[in-house]
Amino acid sequence: MAKRTALFETHVALGGKMVEFAGYDLPVQYSGILEEHRAVREAAGVFDVSHMGEFFFEGDGAEEALNAILTNDIRGMTDGRVRYSILPDEKGCAVDDVLIYRFAATKFMMVVNGACVEKDAAHVAAHLSGCEFSDVSDKVSQIAVQGPAALAVMKKLVPEELLPAKYYTFTRDVPVGGHNTLISRTGYTGEDGFEIYSRNEDIADIYRLVLEAGKEFGLIPCGLGARDTLRLEAGMPLYGHELSQDIPVDEVGLDFAVKTGKGDFLGREALMAHTPEFERIGAKVAGRGIVREHCDIYADGVKVGVSTSGTHSPTLGCGIAMLRIKRGVTGALTADVRGRSIPLERAEMPFVKRK
Amino acid sequence: MKQYTNTHEWVELLEGKAYVGISAHAAEELGEVVYVDLPSVGAAVTAGEPCCELESVKAVAEVNSPASGIVDAVNEQLADSPEKAGEEGVWIFAIASPVLAEGLMSEAEYLASLE
Repeated sequence: MAKRTALFETHVALGGKMVEFAGYDLPVQYSGILEEHRAVREAAGVFDVSHMGEFFFEGDGAEEALNAILTNDIRGMTDGRVRYSILPDEKGCAVDDVLIYRFAATKFMMVVNGACVEKDAAHVAAHLSGCEFSDVSDKVSQIAVQGPAALAVMKKLVPEELLPAKYYTFTRDVPVGGHNTLISRTGYTGEDGFEIYSRNEDIADIYRLVLEAGKEFGLIPCGLGARDTLRLEAGMPLYGHELSQDIPVDEVGLDFAVKTGKGDFLGREALMAHTPEFERIGAKVAGRGIVREHCDIYADGVKVGVSTSGTHSPTLGCGIAMLRIKRGVTGALTADVRGRSIPLERAEMPFVKRK
Repeated sequence: MKQYTNTHEWVELLEGKAYVGISAHAAEELGEVVYVDLPSVGAAVTAGEPCCELESVKAVAEVNSPASGIVDAVNEQLADSPEKAGEEGVWIFAIASPVLAEGLMSEAEYLASLE
């Protein structure tokens, strides 16, 4: 049976349509995916992302130890900064993609995907040496407040000087309704926004306060459906789709987070010896139709790859997809959708840019 | 008077043609329709077989024809306003000289089958 987040009763009371995702019962939608999507693009929305996992790395050797198991370089981060990285395996593929929060030179938090918590913990335990590691995922809840009005909503709950001022920074020990939280200026929608971490027992109250504070700005509760259409429009990869342990990380267009020049790390040797064969590109459906994941992609009639994610873009009003195709392919692309050939146009990502 | 299939389509005979749509229950389950792959006018359809597709943001649903015959007309407004496919009473396509599927239900029987 699926686990429940501390907000389960809240979702049901709000009319959330519950589905199993990453081992948890989570709402796929409340009022409707399109309405929730629009709210985040034009006003604000709040998501329960408590399925995400949180690990801590502590000790004098934490920075060096962590840097040896990440593709990105976390040296040079200052306290209160967040950095995206891939957690690689020996083959140079992704065990997960993660966010690293620096509390101090000797203390870091890693936020991992909900579906990967156990796998990541085992992987880290097997490869980490030189610092203490703990998994606090079962004690921590997380909600995301996203959208152009997110700052206005948060300012009603927290004095502005206690909020993280810049993208990919965070503040700690921030009181929200008397509860202790960590707040980062991060998210998975392509909009401005905040992610609030708290103890499980406090999150329902914090969520209620966000809903109340957000009402006048048009904030509504949002589910996994809108989370997926928003991240796709933002061109953000999803683990298990664009990233996996079968895809080398030099084929996913995330070179900003893969620093082979930083010194040795797990999987570096494999990457140095590897010539990328595929690439991740964005594509729009040229006419009508929707290309979802696992469609074969053809260039001038020859199969060149597959779609790894795809949906109808509520903002653009057309189908959008991420493709994993052979590098150097220049021909006109089509997708095989249940036997129909759907023409595609290559498109820059993000598909939708922040206003 | 509408008759229903156990796969949640309805069919209504008007002036010798069978008009086909999806039930309110199916529309609710599918969510907002964002794309309708309409059948071609002139295409042969077979009772109980899939003949067109409705896509919502989250899923694809096949529409099984409640009758055999030739597609006589399609609801062109769905090309630009696909969300209307899920609205009460909106038809998707019409079949000329239809032979209705066996085992169709009245509205009361259909609603009872959802219980």
